[in-house]
Amino acid sequence: MQRQPRILMCPPDYYGIEYEINPWMNRARGSSRERARQQWQQLRDTLVDLGVVVELLQPQEGLPDLVFTANAGLIHGNRFFSSHFRHEERARESPHFDSWFAERGFSVEHLPEEMYFEGAGDALFCGPALFAGYRIRSDIQGHQYLGGLLRVQVLPLELINAYFYHLDTCFCPLAPGEALWYPEAFDAYGRRVIENHIPRLIAANEAEARCFGCNAVVVGKTVVLNAGCTNLASDLESMGYTTRSVELDEFIKSGGSAKCLTLRLDGEEAAQWT
Amino acid sequence: MAHNATGKQGFVEEVEIQGHIIDSLILPKVLDEILTHGGSYVIKDIRIGQRQTDASHARIEVRADNGDKLREILDAIHDHGAAPLALRDCQTVAADMDGAFPEQFYSTTNYRTQVRLSGEWIDVEDQEMDCGILVDTEESAARCVPMTEVRLGDRIVVGRDGLRVFPAETAARSNLFEFMASPVSSEKPKGVTVREIAAAMKRTKDAGEKILAVLGPAIVHTGSVEHICKLIRGGYLNVLFAGNALATHDIEQALFNTSLGISLDRGLPMEEGHEHHLRAINTIRRIGGIRRAVERGSLKSGIMYECIRHEIPFLLAGSIRDDGPLPEVVTDVLEAQRRMREMIHGVGFCLMMATMLHSIATGNLLPAWVKVACVDINPATVTKLTDRGSIQTVGVVTDAEPFLRALVAELEREK
Repeated sequence: MQRQPRILMCPPDYYGIEYEINPWMNRARGSSRERARQQWQQLRDTLVDLGVVVELLQPQEGLPDLVFTANAGLIHGNRFFSSHFRHEERARESPHFDSWFAERGFSVEHLPEEMYFEGAGDALFCGPALFAGYRIRSDIQGHQYLGGLLRVQVLPLELINAYFYHLDTCFCPLAPGEALWYPEAFDAYGRRVIENHIPRLIAANEAEARCFGCNAVVVGKTVVLNAGCTNLASDLESMGYTTRSVELDEFIKSGGSAKCLTLRLDGEEAAQWT
Repeated sequence: MAHNATGKQGFVEEVEIQGHIIDSLILPKVLDEILTHGGSYVIKDIRIGQRQTDASHARIEVRADNGDKLREILDAIHDHGAAPLALRDCQTVAADMDGAFPEQFYSTTNYRTQVRLSGEWIDVEDQEMDCGILVDTEESAARCVPMTEVRLGDRIVVGRDGLRVFPAETAARSNLFEFMASPVSSEKPKGVTVREIAAAMKRTKDAGEKILAVLGPAIVHTGSVEHICKLIRGGYLNVLFAGNALATHDIEQALFNTSLGISLDRGLPMEEGHEHHLRAINTIRRIGGIRRAVERGSLKSGIMYECIRHEIPFLLAGSIRDDGPLPEVVTDVLEAQRRMREMIHGVGFCLMMATMLHSIATGNLLPAWVKVACVDINPATVTKLTDRGSIQTVGVVTDAEPFLRALVAELEREK
């Protein structure tokens, strides 16, 4: 029987650009809360339409980025490894995520204090291996530590472009052995590691990568991605995927898109947990 | 002399890295990073995981020419997960009595050793095996001391924290001679070995380091005195260690032209020749010593004569079977050891010939980076030397005279 996908989202009631912690953010430009609300709702509706059970986290005043639930932590089975954010502004989100997961019966675990780790934003399973982005937000040590705990293969990938500060902005596993990516976000070693381990890759061009085309949500054989990524959409379709595009430019102003706004609770489509 | 080793080895720190460092290319990336920043590395240990989920582990020694460059490299590779081994400063305990180490003292090797003081790695000076390490925290200095020289209150290193030793294998790449890897054998072509030893002596001399010779009486018995005199005159022998016997028979030859009563010209026993060595000792004792005998003109040739004339420092260490002995012989063995320790400063090469006792005594004092050539008719001498830890030794099993004749010819040819 097909499992029913479950995704955690947080309504953008208090979303806004109140600080600048990545090159996308610009307080002077600001964002429209109303537009954000409409776009978020459209994403949610799309997911529900695809059969996803969307669970909600209570928004909190003063935590504008709580909408980006992908960064809450990493889920593996019934274990929730809570993020240790590099920036103080986001570290304040963790208690809210922790209590939400604890209340739902997850075992909430923390990495050692000295290791920065930004959850599913920087750690994505593709098959049995955990692909892990490091350097800009997460530390390699945190991922190695997790790999030891979970006894899974961890493949750290150095992120070298500040615009693609989380792994999920430039790499999206679709299924075991298949992924979307933006090669220029990685150094030569990282590119080789991805090419060696993932036989079927769809590369985004610069314009679509900057349109957050790789920040996509995969539900079964459907890929939900930001509007305007037409090349990626046609490449995906030729590989047998259906695509749904959603206008999410209000969130790109903060450096996030579809994937950042969601946290898959039952394991990503591409993840093979043993 | 620790500066010898430091100058060639540079600044060093050990790091470790673990995880799926092979599949993820993190290990090659870290190694490339070290090279790109102008450093070098030695992989000290590596364990590769057997299954895909198994982590691998590597311990890497990172080297750079200077401290700043090393720090820059360590900062760069730290971001990729290579972290310095969790280390503490070395632990010391105050000596609770004269002449003995505290319990749990660290027993030294002859390899280059460093101790960590206030987070900094310091070279241990006067490196010598079978000693303890005395730390002067005010001066940020450490040196090897034998137990007899310990004084109440000296800070002595205990345990193994904050200590690191650089075995010869890793040093070999930059500064040990190739031939040093050869084991002892009587069946090796001597010509090649002699050439290599001559080249090593020449390099030592050119580098401004000293050549130490440790000689036994067979040098005289086999008629090799003139070869040694040529080495002294040519500047290839700068310090001499020997016993009463070498000096006695050398002087016997100078005074009577015999060695243990055997004519050096004819190879036959001389009438009353067995008394010659005792008469030689007696003569020198009556004059008041070897130096005075040379100054008075009573001693006009031989190894000891050349040593006095060329101001070559020598140490004659006594033993229980000595006749006489000659006035210069140091009969207190601890005092002899102490003086030998002082005299090996600056030695870069050591030639040991025809003496087991003095060779082993000297081998005990030399740091592992001083190259040693041991020439003896008895293979056991070389074997014993290496078995006792002087592994930097190349052995030549041969009679002293033909070896020295070839060596002198080679050195003269190389001029």
